[in-house]
Amino acid sequence: MSTSTLSRPRPENLRTSGSRTRSNLSGWGFAAPFLVFFLVFLVWPILYGFYMSLTGKSLTGANDSLIGFANYAEALADADMWRSLGNTLYFTVISTVPLVLVALVMAALLNIGLPAQWLWRLSYFAPYLLASTVVSLFFTWMYNPQLGLINEFLTGIGLPRVAWLNDPNVAMWAIVIATLWWTVGFNFLLYLAAMQNIPAQHYEAASLDGAGAWRQFFSITLPQLTPTTVMIVLLQILASLKIFDQVYQMTAGGPGGSTRPVVQYIFETGFTGYRLGYSAAISYIFFGLIVVISVMQFVITRRRSA
Amino acid sequence: MATPTLTRPAPRATTANGLKIRQPRKKLTVGRIAAIAVAAFIAVLWLIPFAWATATAFKTETDAAAPDVTWLPPSGFTPEAFVKVFQDGNIPLWTWNSLYTSAAITAITLVISALVAYALSRIDFKGKKVLMTVIIASIIIPPPVLIIPLFYQMLALNLIDTSWAIILPQVIHPAMVFVLKKFFDQIPRELEEAAVMDGASRLRIFTQIILPLSRPILAAVAIFVFIGAWNNFLWPFIATNDGNLLTLPVGLQTIKSAYGIQYAQNMASALLAALPLIVVFLFFQRQIIKGVATTGLAGT
Repeated sequence: MSTSTLSRPRPENLRTSGSRTRSNLSGWGFAAPFLVFFLVFLVWPILYGFYMSLTGKSLTGANDSLIGFANYAEALADADMWRSLGNTLYFTVISTVPLVLVALVMAALLNIGLPAQWLWRLSYFAPYLLASTVVSLFFTWMYNPQLGLINEFLTGIGLPRVAWLNDPNVAMWAIVIATLWWTVGFNFLLYLAAMQNIPAQHYEAASLDGAGAWRQFFSITLPQLTPTTVMIVLLQILASLKIFDQVYQMTAGGPGGSTRPVVQYIFETGFTGYRLGYSAAISYIFFGLIVVISVMQFVITRRRSA
Repeated sequence: MATPTLTRPAPRATTANGLKIRQPRKKLTVGRIAAIAVAAFIAVLWLIPFAWATATAFKTETDAAAPDVTWLPPSGFTPEAFVKVFQDGNIPLWTWNSLYTSAAITAITLVISALVAYALSRIDFKGKKVLMTVIIASIIIPPPVLIIPLFYQMLALNLIDTSWAIILPQVIHPAMVFVLKKFFDQIPRELEEAAVMDGASRLRIFTQIILPLSRPILAAVAIFVFIGAWNNFLWPFIATNDGNLLTLPVGLQTIKSAYGIQYAQNMASALLAALPLIVVFLFFQRQIIKGVATTGLAGT
């Protein structure tokens, strides 16, 4: 992380106390513009958010006084909070698996060396360039129970219509499908780059030994990809935990709160319910969950690489 | 799936990420045909939402809402939904808002991140380790956690309903600082030594030696930040209610209620909103793919 003394250029080894001061000045000088934004728009809000969570602050400005951990106590007893947190975790689990597996399959197919690589890449990756609102418009229309393309296909092959976004048992899966279509291209690109960095000699040796394509995939490609897979899974979990856009746009959290994620609950308590203090407390509970998950991931990956 | 010799990656032109297109000089076998078939099946699935949106957008509203779901409408295709959206809607305005806010976010992010990354990579100063630790730790903070205090802060600063409210909180990308620092670390120090001996200032070394050598990584970071800013929904949605300031993703959310069940116009709007980045992608495909592949693992 920091440079070793040995590799330092000569001028710094010969420095006097004057150049020390100059180094300090220029170091902080270069850091200053970033630091200003960092302090004002990241550090301050995260600290102030914690303070808010200890007050009864509301958008109507009613009660600004400190109320200790009352908001947290209320949140922990709030069934809606738990339900939304549960929805977020449920989405994270059922979305991460396909988002990693499908990306792996896509990359593996292309890595065989298909012709017209750009065409495949374009079609798998293009949805990632869309705004969530575009994706939601596309899928709301395709999921339309009467006029939608998907139900038309289902009835065409003799299956019953599905109420997709209107059925509490199906809605979350419908959102997972839309999300898969939207963002799998990102993981796919990361996998493809990693696969193409596996040295060709590995495969040459294996094919001399008579290992077939499947064998090679499972005994060379997959093991070589392990660090990449770990990173992709971690990033995907963290990304899925932040789910909000698609749900808010496609189901608004419904039907009956069955898809409402915790970020939407934060948004609603703050901006619809005007309870900023309470909303900040839920934000912090969510933050705590993310920190716990990140630390767990860190420990697990450390143990793996150790 | 394929025979052993065929899975061996073909020789490829050298490039940093090995993302260059391979020379596909391989004979067709059952395995390869099967692979192509599966890849094509997925590609078709992945293109259907675009195709269906396009087919719908070119229908009359009556055909789009007809209970007979069909790709080929009885009254034929017509661009009238696009015309209507252009006449009544705000798509050009929203596109412009998205463009200048995303450009500003990208520019500010690049400048401040490159400067601090240079300090972390090259300058020995007191407190550097602490600074580095704090920046690394901040990667963990999920943006949704900040919306409540940030909104309150913007109210206090009187910035709500200005473009600054959209721009300023989006310029902090701790992960990108590290992507840049890592790249700077790999630039040989010898290149700077001569300049240091000549008494060149840090700023001159940075702008005249480091930056020109860092073009690929700067482009990668710029692409990553720009796509993120262009498509960001949650914060711009909160930061402004002023109809004149809406960005494309947020503006699009308002049309759902405005147009209601006008499916052709909904799809025409969605396609128009999707168009700019898709076109840019067609032109800069290689750079964008490389950019995403280099910055992607650093964290989103």
